[in-house]
Formats: sequence, structure tokens, C-alpha cells
Amino acid sequence: MARVDADPLSAEPSPAEPTAPADDPTAAVAAADLVVPPALVAQTLPEYARAWGARVRNGDAGVLPVVVGMVLIAVVFEAISPSHVFLSANNIVNLFQQSAVFMVLAMAQCFPLLLGEIDLSVGYVGPLAGIVTVQLVEPATTNWPWWAAIVVGLAVVGVWGFLQGTLITRLRIPSFIVTLAGFLIANGVCLIVLSFGPFSGYPPLAGTSSNVAVINHLMYGTIDPTISWIAMVVVVALLAVVLWLRDARRRASGLVAPPRGLTILKIVFIAIVGVVVVAICGINRAHFGTIEGVPWVIPIVLGVLGVWMILLERTRFGRYVYAIGGNAEAARRAGVGLAGVRTWCFVLCSMTAGLAGMLFFSYLGGASNNINGGQLTLYAVAAAVIGGTSLFGGRGRVLHGVLGGLVIGGIYNGMFLLGLAVEWEYIVTGLVLIVAVAIDSLSRRVR
Amino acid sequence: MSTAPQGAPATAPQGGPTLLTARGIDKHFGAVQALYKVDLDLPAGAVTCLCGDNGAGKSVMTRCISGIHAPDHGEICWMGEPVSIRTPRDASHLGIETVFQDLALADNLDIVQNMFLGREIVRRGFLDEDSMERAASKTLAELRVTSVRSIRQPVASLSGGQRQSVAVAKAVMWNSKLVILDEPTAALGVVQTRQVLDLVLRMRDNGLAVMVISHNLNDVFEVADRIAVLQLGRMVVQGPASDFDRQSLVDYMTTGTSSRRPAGSSDPDGAVS
Repeated sequence: MARVDADPLSAEPSPAEPTAPADDPTAAVAAADLVVPPALVAQTLPEYARAWGARVRNGDAGVLPVVVGMVLIAVVFEAISPSHVFLSANNIVNLFQQSAVFMVLAMAQCFPLLLGEIDLSVGYVGPLAGIVTVQLVEPATTNWPWWAAIVVGLAVVGVWGFLQGTLITRLRIPSFIVTLAGFLIANGVCLIVLSFGPFSGYPPLAGTSSNVAVINHLMYGTIDPTISWIAMVVVVALLAVVLWLRDARRRASGLVAPPRGLTILKIVFIAIVGVVVVAICGINRAHFGTIEGVPWVIPIVLGVLGVWMILLERTRFGRYVYAIGGNAEAARRAGVGLAGVRTWCFVLCSMTAGLAGMLFFSYLGGASNNINGGQLTLYAVAAAVIGGTSLFGGRGRVLHGVLGGLVIGGIYNGMFLLGLAVEWEYIVTGLVLIVAVAIDSLSRRVR
Repeated sequence: MSTAPQGAPATAPQGGPTLLTARGIDKHFGAVQALYKVDLDLPAGAVTCLCGDNGAGKSVMTRCISGIHAPDHGEICWMGEPVSIRTPRDASHLGIETVFQDLALADNLDIVQNMFLGREIVRRGFLDEDSMERAASKTLAELRVTSVRSIRQPVASLSGGQRQSVAVAKAVMWNSKLVILDEPTAALGVVQTRQVLDLVLRMRDNGLAVMVISHNLNDVFEVADRIAVLQLGRMVVQGPASDFDRQSLVDYMTTGTSSRRPAGSSDPDGAVS
């Protein structure tokens, strides 16, 4: 800050003064011809709403298309699914579990996509981490503690991502090619690692071992409803306090800040989502006995979302990711170490995909060679793009990946409920992807 | 053909003490000699316009000063001390900031984020957006860039003149002493050109050394205190702007000499008006 305060311009402001009347008309003319996003000068909630409408018309739709898509999917499938089970508590929780892998993979894909790159390897690099972890916790062989197995699984794919990132940034090989090769190699490595031990290539997640149980619970474990409620209230209250204090401080010091009403609206929205989710999960969804409470996978996905949002939007690293995606040359001239930031993005992508791989095998109840890695990769890209992340770099948020993953999960789930064969799931998902990319390109053209 | 200026003046004919003195700068790229023994003086509190036809070496000279190219031979002195400027970081440390023709702004980031790109204020590991926003708006206010209504708008939504203003503000914010502008008005309309030229004059009035590279003679005569002309990699003349008129400047830029100007006055020392 000292450097800014020592600005030479503040030292002698007087010599500039006499020219003031001369350039005022110029400034007025210039002000007339510029386009200010109205959201930034809006002071009240109605103004803000109008400004938001203007922004959407100008092609900056943000999460709007994906939210509309989600509502559409919910309404259509609820209307046509047999005995309207789509929005039943049982199915909603199920849908979230089915979508979780896509959501986490899409968040992983956000890192390369924000740079304007792509990582095609996630479809097998992710499962590779899962396979390593499942193998390590097997009581019949290594019997590692669950946490060590997870750490090693993530570390393995972290190194994998580092190697891919290094080839891309230091040797300047296009990410498309490097990660395509990585996809094939990881497929082979997955099969090799699967063949270890006495499991005939199918290390299971069954049995009484507590370490196996933890991995199995990543997807299916539930949190006691009472604890769920308490935890939800604490998290929502914390978010509310942080949001409110930040906006209030900015308003008080005259910085660009949303109107008070919008802050309240955001907090209310978060609280409603929290209550609805915990309430739905609190309903007993078992046909016999009791299955109730928030599944582990929900806090896991939200935790990843929160950490990556903070990293990308509140830290220097995240700022550089966006800057490189927007204008790599500008970032380079500003002294940003492009190679380092890019390599780290591929590491974080692989590690996030690795978590998705663990959730995947937790969902399947054990590791197997029944991995459709191509589909996982394509759904990861599709989910990120459907959510509103640009393929051209610099625009998008991890939140978009989560919403896009929910859309893909919704299609998958709804098609299944309708008893439609898998070919229709592919066709509909493909069409949704085309629509999403078309929205992205159209919005770029409007700009 | 070349009438290189002689001697190293302790103070430049216009403005304050000489901030940057370049002597005998040579630069070649492969077989192409881009600069031959170029001398250049940049005094504080003055606008120096570097003129020349396409391929005269203006951009190469700029890059030698801003740390993008290292000169093959020659010496650059900064406030009287010989310095070596190897990287853009070295230049920034001395207080030299360059606004390149392409402005180097990231369209997807907002004004504050662009102004602090690469030099973000970080507090406890997180970006200190409030401090950055305050500092950015202070700088913009001092430059009286008033047409920008919100400094949180993405640069993509700005007009050409506003983008140029943001790039200039980014350059002056860091306690800089010399600001180099490469073709600042090339892509601008009349009103926006006016905005940028006013900005240049305001920086000069605030005591900065400003070097402007321009093809546009209107702009040159509007803001220049001093004019330096490169032709085919040689510095053919430099001196107070009042020594030149349009015709002589065009002559120097195209042929390296002008019959409209007495030969003796091409020495900048003797050319004080």
C-alpha cells in the first residue's frame, strides 16, 4: 500500500487544476457513449432486478439457462414419470447421489476450461485414484487406514496431473493431445492396478472392516437428522454473517456493493435451500427399516465447491487463472508465472477428478473394470459447459459445474424412471449440450 | 543522411532533469540491424514524442527501455546512474511503466482487477478487494478519468478511450516516473483521442516523464515538448517541439534530413527555443 500512497500524482495535484474546465465537456460527451452494466450503478433492489434483466438480454446470462433447464427437467419428468416419483424424497436424494460424480468431475474440469484448455483424461485418471484407494483399504491385502488410502489415491493422480501439466506448459504440447494420451494410459494403468490382489479385478467395498466402510459411506453413509439440522443451521448462519458483514463494510466505505435487499435475498435463498435439502433428506426413504438423514456425499460436494470457490475467487492464484483465460499475454507481461499456474490447474483438476473417482466406486460398491471413462470425461466437459462455463476460457465458476452436473444427473435419472433405454439418455444429453454451447456462443456474439 | 545529436546534456532543453539517458544503443535481430547507436534523452516533466516511419525502430527502442529486449551495445542511465534493464520487472522497479499498443488488459476482469494484475494486495492469504478498489479509484480520480461510472465493470464493456485510460492509470499507479505509451491513439475516435491526450498532459503536469510513440502528427504537435525522430534505426534528430513544423518532421521521418531546418539546429543543445 505504501507504494500506492507514494503516488507521484498525489504530490502535486495543483498543476493539473487549470485544465479542468477544458476537458469537462469532453468527459461529458464520452460518458454519453459508453455502456455501463446497469447492475453496477443500481442502488435499490428493483433497480438491481432491472439491471439483471438488461444483463441477461445483453448475453451475460450467468446461471440463468442452467437454472431454467433444471426447472424444466424437474417439471417435465415429474409430469411424465410413472406415478410422479421424480420429485419424491427418495428419488431426489438418489438423483443427487447419481449426479455427485458428474458434479465433482465438472468442478475438476473447470480449472482447465477457465484457462481455455481441456483435460480429457479425467474419465480414467479420476477412477485411477478410486482404484488405488479401494485396493489400499482391502483388509485381505494392504488393509491401510481409510484416510491414508485416500491421501495416497489423491497424491497419485496429483502427480499424474503434474506430469500432464508439465508436458502442456513446458513442452507446449496442446492439452487436448496430452490429456488424450493420458486418458489412454490411465485406462491401462487402471486395469493393471485392478489386477493386484486376490480379487480377480473386482476389489469390493463389502465386509466389516471399518476402513472399507468409510470408503463405502462416502456415497451412502448418512448423517443423523438432528446433527444434520444443527450443522445446516451453523453453516447457513456463518455464511449469512460473512456475507452480511462483507457487504455492509463495502457499503459503509463507499465501494461498489449490492443493495442491502439483495444481500438479504441471498441469505434467505441460502437458508431456504439448506432447510429444503435437510428436510427432504430427513424423510425416511427406506421401504423397510430406516434410511434418513443427509447423505455424506452432500457435504462432500458442497465442501469441494466451497473450497474451490474461495480459491478461484478470493485468492491470487484464482485471479491469475481467470487472467490467463482472459488474456494470457497480459498476464505474462504483468509478471504472472504462466507455467506454474497452468501446471497447478492440471494438478488440481486431476485431484478433484480423483475424489470423483472415489465417489464413483463408492456408488458402485467396489472397484471394477466396468468404467466407461469416455462417458465420464465427456459428461464432465458437458456438465461444466451446460452449467455455463465457457470453452474459450476466462468465464465460468465451479458452481456452474455443480449445476450442470445436476442437469445431467436429472436427465439420466428421469430417463431411467421412464424406462427408456440408455440410447435415449445419450441423445437427450447430447441435445442439451448443443443447446448449452449454442447459448455460450450466442452470448459471446452479443458481446 | 544521419545527423546524430552530439553530447550528453546534463539537463534536457525542456522539462526537468533528464531522467533516462540512452547512449549508443545497438540492437540487431539476426542479420537485421534494428537500431544503430541510438541516443535518447527523456526529461522529467516533459512529453517526448518518438516519431518515425514504419520499421524505423520505434518499438524496438521502446522495448529496450522497458526490459523486453536487451540492447546489444550501449548504455542506459537512470537518474544519472548506469542501469541494466533485463526484464519488465527491472523496469517496474526503476519506475518505468509501458502501455503497449494492445494495452494488455484482460477483458474478463474488471477495472480494479486489471489495474492490480500481477501486484494484487493480499491480506492473510486472501485478496484485499477493498484496499485495491480504494487505491484504483483514487488513481482514476487523480487522472480525472471520470467517464468510467463503476470501476467494477469488466473491461470488455469499456470504450476504446476508456480502455486506454485504464491502461494508463495502471501504469501511473505504481509510483512510476517514466510512462511510455505506444501508439496510444491509433485505435481511437476524436473524443477518445482527446481524453487520452489530456491524460498525457496531466501526467506531464504531475512531473512524470512521458514518452509517446505516434504516427499521428496532430497528436504529436498537440502534446510534444520534445520530438525525437528515428529513421531506419538511426536517431536523425531530437530537440524541442518548437523547432519542428509538420513539413520538417515529415522530411526527417521519410528522408532523415530536412532542408527547412538549418543544419546547426539539429544539435539539441543549440536548439533551445
